[in-house]
Amino acid sequence: MSEETTTGLSHNKLAMWVFLGSECLLFGALISTYLLYRNKFYDGPAPGDIFDIPFTSVSSFVLLMSSLTMVLALAAIQRGDIRNNRLWLLTTALLGAVFIGGQVYEFTTFIREGLGYTTSPFSSAFFTLTGFHGVHVSLGIVMLMSLLISSYRGKLTQKNSETVEIIGLYWHFVDVVWIIIFTVIYLVPNPTS
Amino acid sequence: MDTSETTTDVEEEHEHHEHPSDGKYMQIALILAIITAAEVATYFVHIGDALIPTLMVMMVVKFWIVAAWFMHLRFDSKMFTRFFVSGIVLAISVYFIFLTVFEFWTEG
Repeated sequence: MSEETTTGLSHNKLAMWVFLGSECLLFGALISTYLLYRNKFYDGPAPGDIFDIPFTSVSSFVLLMSSLTMVLALAAIQRGDIRNNRLWLLTTALLGAVFIGGQVYEFTTFIREGLGYTTSPFSSAFFTLTGFHGVHVSLGIVMLMSLLISSYRGKLTQKNSETVEIIGLYWHFVDVVWIIIFTVIYLVPNPTS
Repeated sequence: MDTSETTTDVEEEHEHHEHPSDGKYMQIALILAIITAAEVATYFVHIGDALIPTLMVMMVVKFWIVAAWFMHLRFDSKMFTRFFVSGIVLAISVYFIFLTVFEFWTEG
């Protein structure tokens, strides 16, 4: 259980929610900038020509399902089920790694097709937005692996399940940001050259 | 300071809540998967002017489901919701103005 606080709420959890609230501003800036520049592809590939929607749909589904495994990991630790907690934490990290692998493949394909970071304002805004999101997912994977290591060292128990909950909040946030990116950047009809 | 006065409101909200069962979480994930499938279907099926509003509604519903159920905002203190929603409202307001200043809505 968390320590006594004047609000009756866990300060660590409150801090994570404040942090997530501030992250909305970061991703809001990146998404708005992308929207402003998505028509400015000049002689480079246009978003409508280069995006592979079926492929990105699979990646999005993988990340969405990692939110399920994350919440199952939390439920397991909260009932003292260490074995299932480890299993779901590892599954979440693996699903995150699959998503990142997909992003690396997507970026590599785009670069091969002539869409580099400095090709056009569109490409810069696109790579910055999705790259920032990818960094967030990667940091989430590092945190999940740290939890797993703590668990195997016997330091992660039902008593400190709040640590899993806080990292879970971060992971779910990364997922909800992708829900927005997937719709606004990929599914809303894009300009073609 | 008498903390009992300051904490009453929050503590009432912060009573220990039972979180959903694993089966319930799987049902929610299934709903999310169905909505995602519907979103992707809009790429292949032409629905005309209804496309963008439909996509936006599905996006907001998915966002709300993950925040409410997986992030436990439905069950946790309202204080957490207030902080998160404040960030979202501030971001939407600031960037709506930003896009308006740059004539995004008129130039597309």
